[in-house]
Amino acid sequence: MRRTAVTGVGVVAPGGTTRDKFWEMITAGRTATRKITFFDPAGFRSQIAAECDFDPRVSLDVQETRRMDRYVQFAVTAAVEAMTDSALDLDQVDRERMGVSLGSAVGGTKYLEDEYVVASNQGKKWLVDPDFASPFLYQALIPSSLASEVALKFACHGPAMVHSTGCTSGIDAIGYGHQLIQDGEADVVIAGAAESGISPISMACFDPIKATSRRNDDPSHASRPFDRDRDGFVMGEGGAIVILEEMQAALRRGASIYCEVAGFANRGNAFHMTGLRPDGVEMAEAIEDAMQQGGVRPEDIGYINAHGSGTKQNDRHETAAFKRSLGEHAYRVPISSIKSMVGHSLGGIGAIEMACCALVIKHGVIPPTANWENSDPECDLDYTPKVARNKRVDVVLSTGSGFGGFQSAMIFARAKP
Amino acid sequence: MNCRTVITGIGVVAPNGIGTEPYWRATREGKSGIRRISRFDPAGYATRLAGEVEGFEPLDYVSKQLIVQTDRWTWMALAATAMALKDAAFDPSTHDPYKMSVITASSSGGNEFGQKEIQNLWGKGPLFVGAYQSIAWFYAATTGQISIKYGIKGPNGVIVTEGAGGLDALQHSRRTIRRGVDVVVSGGTEGPIGPYALVCQMQNGLLSTREDPVAAYRPFDAAANGYIPGEGGAILLVERLEYAQKRATPQIYGEIAGYGTTQDGYHHAKPAPDGRQFARAMSLALADAGIGPEDVDVIFADAAGTPERDQLEVKAIKDVFGSHATQVSVTAPKTMVGRLYAGGACLDVATALLAMRDGVIPPTLNLDRPANGCDLNFVSGKAQAKEINTVLVNARGFGGFNSALVLRKCPP
Repeated sequence: MRRTAVTGVGVVAPGGTTRDKFWEMITAGRTATRKITFFDPAGFRSQIAAECDFDPRVSLDVQETRRMDRYVQFAVTAAVEAMTDSALDLDQVDRERMGVSLGSAVGGTKYLEDEYVVASNQGKKWLVDPDFASPFLYQALIPSSLASEVALKFACHGPAMVHSTGCTSGIDAIGYGHQLIQDGEADVVIAGAAESGISPISMACFDPIKATSRRNDDPSHASRPFDRDRDGFVMGEGGAIVILEEMQAALRRGASIYCEVAGFANRGNAFHMTGLRPDGVEMAEAIEDAMQQGGVRPEDIGYINAHGSGTKQNDRHETAAFKRSLGEHAYRVPISSIKSMVGHSLGGIGAIEMACCALVIKHGVIPPTANWENSDPECDLDYTPKVARNKRVDVVLSTGSGFGGFQSAMIFARAKP
Repeated sequence: MNCRTVITGIGVVAPNGIGTEPYWRATREGKSGIRRISRFDPAGYATRLAGEVEGFEPLDYVSKQLIVQTDRWTWMALAATAMALKDAAFDPSTHDPYKMSVITASSSGGNEFGQKEIQNLWGKGPLFVGAYQSIAWFYAATTGQISIKYGIKGPNGVIVTEGAGGLDALQHSRRTIRRGVDVVVSGGTEGPIGPYALVCQMQNGLLSTREDPVAAYRPFDAAANGYIPGEGGAILLVERLEYAQKRATPQIYGEIAGYGTTQDGYHHAKPAPDGRQFARAMSLALADAGIGPEDVDVIFADAAGTPERDQLEVKAIKDVFGSHATQVSVTAPKTMVGRLYAGGACLDVATALLAMRDGVIPPTLNLDRPANGCDLNFVSGKAQAKEINTVLVNARGFGGFNSALVLRKCPP
């Protein structure tokens, strides 16, 4: 079977809008969560988020900046960084064999909302006024724009699509990009995800279900995955792109290979749109399937990058899934959630976490779970509290879980020649 | 890796018919479901027509409790799913939950629900946003709800490629079946007829502004002037062939024999003027099916309805089909329902399967005088009887997506 190499990584994340800054920040254990500055959050239950201080003009021209929604800007910027990192000579690449597989959970919500406020005169008119509509409003309505813009940037003519599976969009989009290579549908895939959901409507929709943290007086310590005193996730934004290449082609051109995609699997819990059963059975199924694909045994796994959203139910559910799928090894393997530092960027975070996993294998450093202070009896594993660890890691497991019951698992492994 | 994928169940919710047989009857007879928008007063908008699903009663298919938690687009998908499962005589509760998947296409999510909640937020304040906004509006809502309702726990997916989404979801179902799943609930619906969603669509510059349904959506016609949006779509039950044979399904409508997809990578809004990538999608689909152009009995066209895009489709078909291009039948029954975005291509697949079953090519409406150069063998005005063994379905998505799917009759 055709194998998939990861040869380039690009990241736009809160607190560090390049790959290197992101890595420096998360390995230092710094948090980028803060009081929301994009709008006045007074009146909202959760008023904190991990925002990107992002200047689109670094990699985009004036027209691109104007027509692209913020999440699209993140993806294109990260894609440029990843492509440069891969050192692929685009003149040598058959663009008809180059695909795009991207994820986003809420797409152009921010742009749609901003424009709605104008066209509806602050929510007063149900029959909104078309005279106040922006010319790029259609691109905001359809998140496929994300794949269109990235394909356009690199003149990709292969398969291109957006996978919108809620909070597992990022991990799934990379997994499906890997499947395109496995099945011979493409030789190179620009894969990843982006999200820019820090807008009033996105914040407001998580308030009534109490999914987000209310630690408004202490934003930098608000995202507390696996900690006893966690009280919900902290909204984030950002995106990441990885360049996936068919392994033999990557080896032939002498590419610098971060790792290979050793396995990817996903399951539905068919239980509840937002609820999780504490037993973690479906996530464990996904993990076991991914391990089986890569011929990976539990003891081979040197690090788990957890979904670790910091909600009571997720962290318990996930801990159970690790124990169920890895047995005793679940107690020995270091686990961490970088959402403690960069927040939860919905569909984008899965790609940021896979970028993190590639960097863990490359640099031999495990980023910590910031803010972890007290253990919860139901979350009794090694969550790598506060301080990064130096450790050579050859096999990394990452998990994702999202509204709609989606459960995903991916394994990156150091590429064997 | 080489495993064959077939379609065994069809569920349709369309502007000219709810339920597969009512829809198919209307479509054979050339009955249009495009009319003046009734759900809100469209007087203030340049586009005032749409393919609305009239008389759709969600309570017939969806519980009251679920109705308040979901958008109209999800109701239509739940209804079509119930129909498709019944048609295929498949009861998910009797099957290994991990060997079933839900893979739908979506393009614009829960429009009406979303607009209502943004209205609440900005008109009244954050406390007035309901608890279900977080699960009703996002693109994965339909897949999630279907998987929960039927206990489906395999790899679930949601594909977004605008109008190409229906075909891309079917190919993704094939990929998933190759990896061990037996049955996939696939296809898609769309609910784009709301005031704000309509305004968003109008910004793409491709919608017709005519007020007479006959004058509005006229693909390939000399008076082509844009398209009319519609709602609804189709849900299809996709199965591994061996599994369908083993459980002796009531019917096998056809096999997904080939697929191809490409991206123009040319412009953020305009299609590439050479149509090269569109043609290549068709060629890839034919090659995947192991057939040549002369094996295709009928093409279900994407039929964008604007002069430029229609010409491009004709050119791409000619580039692929060569001398056979003027012989092969071409039709666009979506002229009766409008463009349904994520629901459109899977409805075309449903229609093509029914056409194969009954040996009837449904007509293209409003194609009275083909535009210059649009000299293909269009089936216009009236349905045509013809034995059909192989169909090519084309679908494009705004922003440069091109997909093509080959359906083949399964030997009994």
